[in-house]
Parts: sequence; structure tokens; C-alpha cells
Amino acid sequence: MLKQIEGSRAVAEAVGLCRPEVICAYPISPQTHIVEALGEMVKAGQIERCEYINVESEFAAMSVAIGASAAGARAYTATASQGLLFMAEAVFNASGLGLPIVMTVANRAIGAPINIWNDHTDSMSQRDCGWIQLFAETNQEALDLHIQAFRLGEELSLPVMVCMDGFILTHAVERVDMPTQSQVDAYLPPFEPRQVLDPAEPVSIGAMVGPEAFLEVRYLAHAKQMRALELIPGWAQEFRDAFGRDSGGLMHTYRCEDADTIVVALGSVLGTVKDTVDEMRDRGARIGVLGITCFRPWPSAAVRTALGRARRVVVLEKSLAVGLGGIVSTNVRTCYSGNPDSVHTVIAGLGGRAITRASLARMLDTALEGRLEALTFLDLDKPLVERALAREREQRRSGPIAESILRDLGTVASKVT
Amino acid sequence: MFQIRIHGRGGQGVVTAAEMLSVAAFKEGRHAQAFPSFGSERTGAPVVAFCRIDDREIRLREPVMQPDALIIQDPTLLHQVDVFSGLAKDGYIMINTTRTFDALGIGEFVRKFDPAHLCTVPATELALKHVGRPLPNAALLGGFAAATGRISLASVTDAIRETFSGKVAQGNVAAASEAFEHVRKEIGEAAHA
Repeated sequence: MLKQIEGSRAVAEAVGLCRPEVICAYPISPQTHIVEALGEMVKAGQIERCEYINVESEFAAMSVAIGASAAGARAYTATASQGLLFMAEAVFNASGLGLPIVMTVANRAIGAPINIWNDHTDSMSQRDCGWIQLFAETNQEALDLHIQAFRLGEELSLPVMVCMDGFILTHAVERVDMPTQSQVDAYLPPFEPRQVLDPAEPVSIGAMVGPEAFLEVRYLAHAKQMRALELIPGWAQEFRDAFGRDSGGLMHTYRCEDADTIVVALGSVLGTVKDTVDEMRDRGARIGVLGITCFRPWPSAAVRTALGRARRVVVLEKSLAVGLGGIVSTNVRTCYSGNPDSVHTVIAGLGGRAITRASLARMLDTALEGRLEALTFLDLDKPLVERALAREREQRRSGPIAESILRDLGTVASKVT
Repeated sequence: MFQIRIHGRGGQGVVTAAEMLSVAAFKEGRHAQAFPSFGSERTGAPVVAFCRIDDREIRLREPVMQPDALIIQDPTLLHQVDVFSGLAKDGYIMINTTRTFDALGIGEFVRKFDPAHLCTVPATELALKHVGRPLPNAALLGGFAAATGRISLASVTDAIRETFSGKVAQGNVAAASEAFEHVRKEIGEAAHA
């Protein structure tokens, strides 16, 4: 059924259709609307046999999800930013124990400086925690990915993080096609746990493992993720057959067939990138787009094939590996057959900075002319940075950077964008 | 694609206005995208929300920097925020006020725009009259429908009924309908002037 609703609402309804049995969450912007809506739905009896548990922190949210999942319940939570960091220890435990929790991460920057706006630093900080990480391009894909996430996680006994851009998607009202309960029931079988805490058949979950077998347990975690790479394309196909939509899978390619230059990105910025690429195609540029949906496990073989004959790769990423550059681009380089120097990193959209067609077109034109640097910070206000650097050169007690730079900038409330 | 930017202050229903406009367009079978300016909104602080309407899927996620129409819910923003930024020469301007463009001190500035695209609506007064609260958003959408013809009044009132219920919905529908008539007359007068 077509609906014009907020992304958060769409995700909440989709999670409801997946018949979760335990939802535990602690509110944090921009995730709040999702868990608020789920709380209302549970209270109104719209999700049968589901308990909504108010917890006192994100650490508790993930801990409760772990307990619920270990007891055989389909468990869901959601978080963002500092919330994800606060639950980090339990996030590793969930994957280490092999518990198929589904969690939405409404992507947001990490402080300091405190910032509530969108980027991918939160999810990227947990990229090696053993969870599957899927990134949504649109609200339609966000809701579809949640349905696929329960199926995928429970089949593999692994937790799945569905990452959607905070505010840009969570707070955007747009058209979505909401599946019916019977469609979701047909796609998502009841949860059949591989391990369960059952008083009738007692087991313990969470043994200490020493040097004799720790490597082996970790190897098996890796093997499971490699298995996910094999399963995901088939399940996306099955989803397409059942729901009539191309959602999920490992990646999406756009106008890549004859492309010399391919832009790689994750999440909602892909729409703006595609519009920019269409304009550049009209001008004769041979340029395409590779959208990574599945970031963990990293789809090496598929990325290698997709980048195929491209002579130049521009990785646009909403996170910064401070002291290195790009995270996604470092992954891309491992499976690019061409010259690694042809893979460029462009850091953009940090802390909610708008990524515009105009800026993308300027940057990509520079790339086509062969003048794009290895590492670029899109729309960096260089004079602003220079003033801060000068201040540090000139005086020992240069003061706090964030406060000084805001003073340099003056009031921002009068700006439209 | 038709792009609308709505300026107001926290608490005036700016974000709700953009959302209702997108619902109205959706009801006409069109694609629409509404989103706020993602600030940490506080009551009274300047707020911006955006809406895009198109006949095909909208992929673009940048803020609306070149609007086709501006809805200004609070005229005190005119001299505080660069509300007209990026507005095209044939763009629409709709301001919630009982005063004229001249009296607002922008008569000279708006002369470069098409006079048939310039509207004032006493939306706060209409809201007080019909809803009992100074929330001008629904009335302005009625005015927007009349000024631009981009959306029907029926779709706007459908969207209002979907957002609100009971007396609040009724009042807002009445405010939007009266604003629609007000702007229709205003445009008629401009055409004959």
C-alpha cells in the first residue's frame, strides 16, 4: 500500500510487520521517532505478543536485546551516535554470541564537538564488531532492509545493523510502499534459534574461551559473514520476486556499463550523486555510480567486478578516519584491480554539511580532468581553517578550537542552508 | 520539479506545513518529499522546511536552494534571515501578514518579481478565527493552492484532515478555504490593476 509518511514511521511499521517479541530502546536523536512509534504501536496492541521495555541507557538496551534473543525472542532496538558508542561493549557481545538482533542506526556524527546531524561516523566506528551492516539509500529501502535483516540475521545467527541517514531519511516524508502482513509472513518465517536458554533443556551461553580455541571461534564468525555474501544476493532476488522491488542485495550499480569513472558511496547521498551523474552524462562524461548496500561483510568480489574497467574511482564518504583519510576507500582499494592511486577519497557531509549537486559536479569535473587529489574535503572552508591554524601558531594558549571557530564564523541563524 | 521553501519560527508548524503539502501532492498521484532543516529547533527560533513535488521519483537530497515558491510564516524573519535566497524571478512569494509588501519595507525589493506571484495572507488572523490558536500553516497552504495552482484546495484539505482530527481539522480546513478565496481575490485584483 502506497503511503506518504516519515521515514521513521515507515521503519517502525515495517519492524512491526516482522512480529518482534521484544523491543528495548533508549531514545536519542535522530532515532527517537522510530522507537516512539513502536512504543505507541505496542501499547495500542498493534504488535501482538510483543513487550516494549523502557531501559535506562543504550548499554542496557543492547544488554536486554541480548537476553531476549538468547531466550529465543525476536529482538529489536535502535540507536545513533553516542548511543551506539555507549553500547559498544554489548554490541560486540551480541555478535560474538551469535544472537540475531536487528538494530537500526539512524546515522549521526560523533562528538566532540557535539553534533546531532548526519554522517556515518557512528556505524563506521563499529564496522569490525562482527555485525552485518546494511546501508539504505531511500526510506523504501530502509523499511525493506529491516524485513530482510530479520531473515538474514536469523538464518545465520548473526546480528544485523540497518543504517539509515539520520534526519535526511529518518525525518523525510516521502512515498513508500508498505507491504502487507501476509506478504511479510510469507517472506519471514518464525524465529527458529540455533541456541536458546530453555529451563527444560538447560545450556549456558557465553563461555570463556582461552588461547586454545579463541582463534577458531573468531574464524567461524568470519566464515559466517562470508556465507552471508553468498546468501544476500539470492534473498534480495527472492524479495524482488515477492515484493516487486529492487531493495537490498550487496550493491546497486547505476550507469556503470561503459563508465571510465565510478563514484562509490553509501546511503541517501546516492540519489544526489545519481542526479549529478545524469547531468554529467548529458555533457558526455562516461561516469557511473556504485552504491554499497552491504558494507559488512565487505563484498570484495562483487565490488571488483563492478569497478571492472573503470580507470578512476571516486569514493565519497561521510566519515573520516582521522590520521588516514577514508574508511570506505581503504576497503575499495583492497579489491580494485587498477592502480591504487586511481582511487580517490572525498570526505563529505560530516556533521550534517549539505552535499549539493553543484559541489559534487565541481569535484567530479576536477576528477575527470585528472586533477583530483588523493584526499579531498568537499567544500572545506579553507580561510576558516587557516585562521584557526594561525591562532595556534601565534599563541600557546589558543583556546578551545570549536568555540573559537564558531566565533570566527559569526551567527549562522541568518543562513538559509 | 517544483520546490517550496517554508520559513517560520519554532512552534508555528513549519515542518508540519511541508509534510501536509507533500501529502496533498501525494493524494494527486505525484511524488513529493518533505523534510526539515534539521536544526535543534526551539520555540521561536528561525526554522526552515522544504518540499519538492515532481511527476517522477525524487532522488535529490540537498536542501532547496533555488525555490520556486516561498512561504513565509512569520514576517519578522524578513529582516533577520535571508529568506529570498535563490528565489527565481518567476518565483512565488507568500507572506503571512495583514500588511502590504510596501508596509513590510520590501516593496522595492519585490518589484523584480511577477506581481501575480506575490501574495499576502492574514493567516494568523484566519487561524485565530477558525482554530482559536495562532498557527498559520494550514491557512497558508490554502493560499498556496490558490496562488500557484500547483495543488488543489481539496487535496490540501484532505491532507489537513489526515494530519489533524475533530474540531482542529475542521477549523484548519475552514482557515485554508478562506485563505484560498482571499488569495484568489488578491490575484484577480493584481491582474486588473
